[in-house]
Amino acid sequence: MLRNFSFGALARRPEAGAALGLIAVLIFFAIFGGLTFLKPAGMASWLNVAANLGVIAIPLGLLMIAGELDISVGAMVPFGALTVAVISGHYGLPIWIGIAASLSFGVIVGLVNGFLVIRTAVPSLIVTLGSLFAVQGIVLGLTVLITKSTSVALKTEGVAKAMFGDFVMGGQMQVMVLWWLGLTALYVFYVHLSPFGNWIFAMGGDKVSARNAGIPTERLTMVLFVLSSTSAAFVGMCQAMLYNSAQVAGGQSFIFNSIISVVVGGVLLTGGFGSVIGIFFGTITFAIVTQGIYYTDFDRNWSSLIIGVLLLGAVLMNNTFRQMALSYAPKKGAK
Amino acid sequence: MAAPILALRGVNKSFGPIDVLHDITLEVHAGEVLCLLGDNGAGKSTLIKLMSGVHQPTNGHIEIDGATITLPTPRAASDKGIATVHQFGGTFPLMSIGRSFFVGVEKTKGWGPFKVYDRKGANDIAVKAVRDFGITRIDDGDRLVGGLSGGERQSLAIARAVHFGARVLILDEPTAALGVKQATHVLRIVNEAKRRGLAVIFITHQVMHAMAVGDHFAVLIRGAVAADFHKGEKTREEITDLMAGGASMASLEAEIEIYMNSHGGHPPPPAA
Repeated sequence: MLRNFSFGALARRPEAGAALGLIAVLIFFAIFGGLTFLKPAGMASWLNVAANLGVIAIPLGLLMIAGELDISVGAMVPFGALTVAVISGHYGLPIWIGIAASLSFGVIVGLVNGFLVIRTAVPSLIVTLGSLFAVQGIVLGLTVLITKSTSVALKTEGVAKAMFGDFVMGGQMQVMVLWWLGLTALYVFYVHLSPFGNWIFAMGGDKVSARNAGIPTERLTMVLFVLSSTSAAFVGMCQAMLYNSAQVAGGQSFIFNSIISVVVGGVLLTGGFGSVIGIFFGTITFAIVTQGIYYTDFDRNWSSLIIGVLLLGAVLMNNTFRQMALSYAPKKGAK
Repeated sequence: MAAPILALRGVNKSFGPIDVLHDITLEVHAGEVLCLLGDNGAGKSTLIKLMSGVHQPTNGHIEIDGATITLPTPRAASDKGIATVHQFGGTFPLMSIGRSFFVGVEKTKGWGPFKVYDRKGANDIAVKAVRDFGITRIDDGDRLVGGLSGGERQSLAIARAVHFGARVLILDEPTAALGVKQATHVLRIVNEAKRRGLAVIFITHQVMHAMAVGDHFAVLIRGAVAADFHKGEKTREEITDLMAGGASMASLEAEIEIYMNSHGGHPPPPAA
């Protein structure tokens, strides 16, 4: 690999735009906010945001690479949180039952989403918009019915707390950061190194040809929907265990925030192009913008402006890089 | 003479009340190019779909090497060595040449759960396979397919089919969207596939291209084989006339119509 190193080759990679965006954001906040946000305490603040977002953004990004979308993640976060809180907090059952139930509901909603998308051929934006509202309704209705409240307390101890809902490294960084890094490594392996990743890209490139080439596109669609909704339920579950309570509200912000991270990360909205590392960079960029603003003299309300400009800039830059990748041909005699 | 690799025997296809294909009997032998000519709506696409396992014949049957078979899925057809290449190559514009070549049958190296996609190996094989077909402009398997010309994409798809053991190559209008030079590339590749002993079914409405490579021609009109003849039996003008709807075509259509009305819906036997 290193033998063929060149800036041209780097620029043609899907994560090129995301890496540049990240560098630009780092420089911007270093100038206006000093280097505080790169010290451990400052880093923890944006790493926590990035981790919770990133665990959802990567499977969502894979769905987008495969040409689908899942916005029901916005409802799956509170669903995951309340499932564990109601079962293990309100009813006082063992925490592992709550964890298992929380993740199982993630799997079930993913299966339903995937099944509806395959069988009805309705665009997944609409299908998951439906399941977003349906799940929100279930969460609100059931929680109020069972607990007579929209907020449920949960007390977790021992291994489960340490694994899912605790702080590490001196008590500021959430254990989710470790999950995020581990999961990212797993995704990088499965998407870019193992043969399965190829299927996702082929599916997003041309679904009919992919099926004709023998790729089980329907099963793969199911797996990806299950991954995204289970990941969202996982994040909600961990948050409930971390904050010792779960609220019905919240979670909506994950929809836009994860799509922004994915797009800034260089994934093509129509599918077929992108990378896990790109989404990883995109998530960090997003987290630094939302958290870095606290270290500057700007009012935090300006961070949305930066994100908006960043999103448009990233899309334009990613288009340019993709064109470069497409029109690339090795120079005559360069070999 | 050996049994044809692929043969259709009295195949009919209807979609509900609409009869699309009538009593199609065609065969193609190894090392032979069968050109399927016909205007839009003549039933060419349906015929391709029957041969590539997308649709099933309503009645009649399909034979491979003389044995009757069914092709329930596209996968079953490709397992039997029937490969279909569509107009735009059926390739993935934003994937690299190497990855696109091995889609669905990824080349891996390593062991057990650590099996990884062998990028270099895949690129080398893909590039070599395409170059063996005379497309020398392709020399880097990391290039994206979308950056190739239409002819190169066709060539890549054909090389891919041949590499994975295709015996029958169905080319659906491979030259329709191409310039003169690109089309020449594709025709050269068709000849190369024929030289390697593949049976090629070449669907087109460009008579020039058909004449350049075809050994055997069949003209489809309104879902029936209106003419079935070998190389040298008809002049270019006659074929063009058959295809392009000149006076003789119009009268032929009328004749078929009358014949079918008086023979219980069966078309006349093809003219030799």
